[in-house]
Amino acid sequence: MDGLLQEYLPIIILLGLAIGLGVILLLAAFVLAVRSPDAEKVSAYECGFAAFDDARMKFDVRFYLVAILFIIFDLEIAFLFPWAVAFKDISFLGFWSMMAFLTVLTVGFAYEWKKGALEWQ
Amino acid sequence: MNGSSYNIFNSSNYFGWSETQGVLEVIQILLPEIVLAVFSMIVLLGAVYSRKNKTTSIVFWGTATTFLLVSIFIIFRGAAVYTAFGGAFIDDLFSRYLKVLILLSAAIILMLSQDFLKRNNLFKFEYPILMTLSVVGMMMMVSAGDLMSLYMGLELQSLSLYVLASFSRDSVRSTEAGLKYFVLGALSSGMLLYGSSLIYGYSGSTVFSEIFITASANEKSLGFVFGLVFITIGMAFKVSAVPFHMWTPDVYEGAPTPVTAFLATAPKVAAMGLFARVVHDAFGGAFNDWSQILILLSVLSMLFGSIAAIGQKDIKRLMAYSSISHMGFALMGLTSGGLEGVQSMLIYMAIYVMMNIGTFAFIISMEVDGKPVSEINSLQMYSKTNPGRSMALLILMFSLAGIPPLLGFFGKFYVLKAAITSELYLLATAGVIASVIGAFYYLRIIYYIYFGENPRALDQTHSLFNQTVLVISALAMVLGVVNLFGLEFVSEIAANALVN
Amino acid sequence: MLLIDISFYVFSTVILSSALLVVVSRNPVHSVLWLILMFLSCAGLFVLLGAEFVAMLLVIVYVGAVAVLFLFVVMMLDIDFGSLRSEFARYMPIAGLICIILLMELSLVFGVWQTAESAEQARAVITPDLSQVQNTAALGHVIYSKYIYLFQTAGLILLVAMIGAIVLTVRDRPNIKRQDVLSQIYRDPKEQLKIIDVESGKGL
Repeated sequence: MDGLLQEYLPIIILLGLAIGLGVILLLAAFVLAVRSPDAEKVSAYECGFAAFDDARMKFDVRFYLVAILFIIFDLEIAFLFPWAVAFKDISFLGFWSMMAFLTVLTVGFAYEWKKGALEWQ
Repeated sequence: MNGSSYNIFNSSNYFGWSETQGVLEVIQILLPEIVLAVFSMIVLLGAVYSRKNKTTSIVFWGTATTFLLVSIFIIFRGAAVYTAFGGAFIDDLFSRYLKVLILLSAAIILMLSQDFLKRNNLFKFEYPILMTLSVVGMMMMVSAGDLMSLYMGLELQSLSLYVLASFSRDSVRSTEAGLKYFVLGALSSGMLLYGSSLIYGYSGSTVFSEIFITASANEKSLGFVFGLVFITIGMAFKVSAVPFHMWTPDVYEGAPTPVTAFLATAPKVAAMGLFARVVHDAFGGAFNDWSQILILLSVLSMLFGSIAAIGQKDIKRLMAYSSISHMGFALMGLTSGGLEGVQSMLIYMAIYVMMNIGTFAFIISMEVDGKPVSEINSLQMYSKTNPGRSMALLILMFSLAGIPPLLGFFGKFYVLKAAITSELYLLATAGVIASVIGAFYYLRIIYYIYFGENPRALDQTHSLFNQTVLVISALAMVLGVVNLFGLEFVSEIAANALVN
Repeated sequence: MLLIDISFYVFSTVILSSALLVVVSRNPVHSVLWLILMFLSCAGLFVLLGAEFVAMLLVIVYVGAVAVLFLFVVMMLDIDFGSLRSEFARYMPIAGLICIILLMELSLVFGVWQTAESAEQARAVITPDLSQVQNTAALGHVIYSKYIYLFQTAGLILLVAMIGAIVLTVRDRPNIKRQDVLSQIYRDPKEQLKIIDVESGKGL
């Protein structure tokens, strides 16, 4: 099992360095920077008016549609990894089962395309 | 970690089933499911790429015809038992009985939907396609022989139903119904998965038959019982048994009426079939553990469904509580165990579906000034304008209430008989009490129709098909008394396939 | 073994504390960021188990897609978070009660956890020798042949998800003029253009 961790040693070192550096920079800003806050200074500035509204607003549902379709294809791709890794060993059945899977999703993709779900009207 | 030493010759042990069973043979076993899945994909592409306006209508008819043809194909398959994928898929008489029921009810409801969808601007070809895919899911459910295939079938079915429930996407109620259904459905799937993982942890296998063997050969641990309970809860959600029913009234009320009709019939049949399959095939050795839970679910559903329906003003909500109560009765049959119990459950489900299709054929066509309505109030004095349909409705309501000598009575009769044979006297008594209470709210509808005050004019329905279905189903309630359309015999051999 | 233990406890602590922070943080955007940290630590735990494929899947699908969608929803939906929080306070007691019950049930299950005698053997039969095969490859060996039924059903479920997402959101907007590239390409100058010799002083 220690062998496993050793394989991941570069990543662990990288993570350690990244976290360490991030913390140091944050702390440095915290310790070294000059700060003299004031209620007016830190409040939101909107062309001289008091802020009208919350920054949140309803966005078009098409944004979500794009995100959802992305997740679906992301999942599809996830199935391709083990297939690719084991490609040398899988039988014809394994090969064609992936082709069938991809066909099903291509049908969905063609439907999407024609419906204009991928277009930004 | 070197993959290249692992060549194709010594990897053959991973293809366990493909050695013993050829691909063609498997395709043959799964033919109904494959046909429907491929059909839905071809139709999806064909409909979206054709520019004609008539396509949607053709898709509706085509889908219904395909359902019908597939069900005929299944009927003519005979009595042989096929299993595929190392027991993950079981095609026996039990599953065939339920599949035919699912397919026929889906076909009829699809045709009933047409008129409603056209008037409410929902007439889209995606509707039959989603319905087809959910039917495929249901067929997988009733054929499931493995916890994983159970889950996949269930998800395929539910996901399509979530979309269908919010199909009227500009209506707040419909989208709310879809969302509620989705959230609670996801919760129940979570329960089911958690239970499945406990069962797998205990028995080391997800195949029902293996679980059965392991559970009978070894001492049942607490983890096993917990897994069983969680799986039961997950399925109780799907059949909307009290106390896991809370989604039902809201979803039934909010969803477009044809979708409600669909929800009340085919998915209930599939979930009930799945329930029976799991408790017999996987947990048959733990009869005492699950029958306790089922008795509780059954009593609560029957009583709560009957009592809560009394105050309802909306007929779709009322049908929701009515279906909760009916599921309680079906569970009573299942709880009784053995051949007779399963048989009574199967008979009950078939009769339940027939009655619901008839009733919903009417509810779908309820309109005032071209807008769909579902208030019971709007039925006042309906008999003055439409004596024929009122009569049909009267028969259906009496049958739903289980008043002899209509068909609905025989459903209840078989279930109660099974309960008494298994010496579940308290359960049977609760059932009788519940059906007496239940009679009240069905009779209230009749009262409105015949003796109500200030008549409201429901529109004259234009759909000949809906009227025909209403009348046929009412006639069936009367004529079926003769020999139950042979249900007794068919359900017996179907139940036999499961129990033995 | 020590290193493994330390990593395990580091990951578990991070998971538990960030899960807690998901629930209690005031800003929902921060909640989602904590959730992402939790997913990453879970991926770490999977790596420790030797399930690298699942770990990477967690990073790709959950961190890469699901969490981003969450972030999207939280940042863009027009929700009054103040009122949500007061709801939260109202349901806190009952939620806490359910949590405690669940915790007790779980400890009950795992306290006396015991598997059937044949369970380990049944699992061992289908697990390949992990010193010979990587776990991603081992999955690849079964998903596409032994579990082809489930695999294809997964494809159908994804198809339903696709159809559903489109049915519920896409609207035809007939009034909007779109660029139709194909018709632009197919447009033939010979048919569209007509050169007329107009005599001077007469007009058309």
